[in-house]
Amino acid sequence: MSTASIRTATADTLVITRRNLLRIPRAPDLLIGFTVQPVMFVLLFVYVFGGAIQTPGYDYVDFLMPGIITQTIAFGGYLTAVGLNEDLRKGLMDRFRSLPMARSAVLAGRTMADVVMNMLATTLMLGVGYAIGFRFATSVPEILAGIAILLLFGYAFSWIFALMGLLSSSPESAGALGFLIVFPLTFVSSAFVPVESMPDGLQAFAEHNPFTIVVDAVRTLFLGPPADYAVWPAVAWSVGLVAVFAPLAVWRYRRASST
Amino acid sequence: MAGHQDVRPDATVTPDVAIEAQGLSKSFGEVRALDDVDLTVPAGIVYGLLGPNGAGKTTLVKVLTTLIQADSGSARVAGHDVEEDAAILRSRIGLAGQYAAVDENLTGFENLEMVGRLYHMGKGPSKERATQLLERFDLAEAGGRPVKTYSGGMRRRLDLAAALVARPPVLFLDEPTTGLDPRSRIGLWETIEARVEAGSTVLLTTQYLDEADRLADRVAVIDHGRVIAEGTPEELKDRIGGECIEVSLADGEAGEDAVAALGPLADGQPPRVEGRTVSLNVRGRTGLVVEAVRRLDAAGVGIEDIAVRRPTLDDVFLTLTGRAAEEAEEEQAA
Repeated sequence: MSTASIRTATADTLVITRRNLLRIPRAPDLLIGFTVQPVMFVLLFVYVFGGAIQTPGYDYVDFLMPGIITQTIAFGGYLTAVGLNEDLRKGLMDRFRSLPMARSAVLAGRTMADVVMNMLATTLMLGVGYAIGFRFATSVPEILAGIAILLLFGYAFSWIFALMGLLSSSPESAGALGFLIVFPLTFVSSAFVPVESMPDGLQAFAEHNPFTIVVDAVRTLFLGPPADYAVWPAVAWSVGLVAVFAPLAVWRYRRASST
Repeated sequence: MAGHQDVRPDATVTPDVAIEAQGLSKSFGEVRALDDVDLTVPAGIVYGLLGPNGAGKTTLVKVLTTLIQADSGSARVAGHDVEEDAAILRSRIGLAGQYAAVDENLTGFENLEMVGRLYHMGKGPSKERATQLLERFDLAEAGGRPVKTYSGGMRRRLDLAAALVARPPVLFLDEPTTGLDPRSRIGLWETIEARVEAGSTVLLTTQYLDEADRLADRVAVIDHGRVIAEGTPEELKDRIGGECIEVSLADGEAGEDAVAALGPLADGQPPRVEGRTVSLNVRGRTGLVVEAVRRLDAAGVGIEDIAVRRPTLDDVFLTLTGRAAEEAEEEQAA
């Protein structure tokens, strides 16, 4: 790739990112999904379930925040699945493909918009968490590293959702498919309850679930001891997921057309 | 901005032939969507592609606009090969699709500005062009509203405006007026005519033969992925020959008797019945109308009216494909 074509691809990606962000405030249902809903979940877990869940060594609100932010961010890619599927069905993809823009920009811009949305969701949730008693117990670089891991993991899920959006027959089924995959994965993990509290079979699954690995890493970076998990497997999982799903989504995009 | 100079039509580079295709074939599984299609579209005209749904029109447009690749054959648009020079070619074309391909959650202005940016026109010129086009397409007032609040006609106009952002020398319009009310259709026709006056070439696909008759300087009739006829609308009408006699029956039940009585006068196809109207192609012999009336009278068929008219493209289509454009459509839909 020449410098000029990299510059073009970057400019095109930014145009598409902006387009996807401009849409958000005009689709109130999506906006609510990424603001009100996560806040509601935080309050629900802390005040309704929290009292019944034993998290030795942590206040439940401290235990919960890394987990619930990870879940919210993994779902952030939902916007990509629905958005790409709509573009495909409505013929917008054909318009983009007939323009002299970089071919990579449609997907790159779409997933980049998710990162921006995920940043907003993370900020909002940390703010609400702070108000109800969540406190960081580590240094600023560690906290920033934790946030970076969250965003990277969310980015990986945006590519999984991108592939689902391009494969599905309708925006609704793209969303439903994502829900089916992400929901069990997040609940059978250390996101909301300690893995040790699960039955044996489930526990084995939960321990190797990438959600557990990411949530544990973020807990370590946000809270410090007793959380003491390796951070690099979380990075490796995220990078690995991007490495697998980004090429698959791009391959599918090249073949995709409205009819 | 890189590539800015590429997006303006440049008279010295624009060749005499806007679109040239040779032996294009494309199959989807068992279906042969394009079967050895040759096409030559001279620059500066409206060229109509006629055919029922599923005939291959949209596939041809998709190949010519680089959206899909043909299995075999070659094509050049504005002098650029659809496969080898696809990137440059895209800066020379505008496409307006069957669906109004605009972002519903963006405003009209934001849609046009985005397209300008993606043609690499730069920020300022993109905004300027968006404002200009909104005004020209009578969307200036609606330009600040999200597209989801627009009527069907407004969306189509915005879609067409988006195709014109970079002033492309070659414009592809895939059934641009499907589903539009008559007033919006005429408005769109006028815009298309203005573009051609300004020097663009337009390739138009349509199922509406009156649309092709009104707009197209040349037409190709496509059926089952093949070009089965090509020429000016007048040439095609002459080719099926003669004229057409239309009889309005007094009694809707008398269709069969009328067909039997008029059969010997018909040239080629037997007479056709549609409701209370019987029509038949005839080849220029004087006194045919008188003879038709005499025969119907002898057969006891009462008539309300009888008229002679030049064949329309509907007649051309019927003669060439053996079915009416709309029937063929329903057949595909079934």
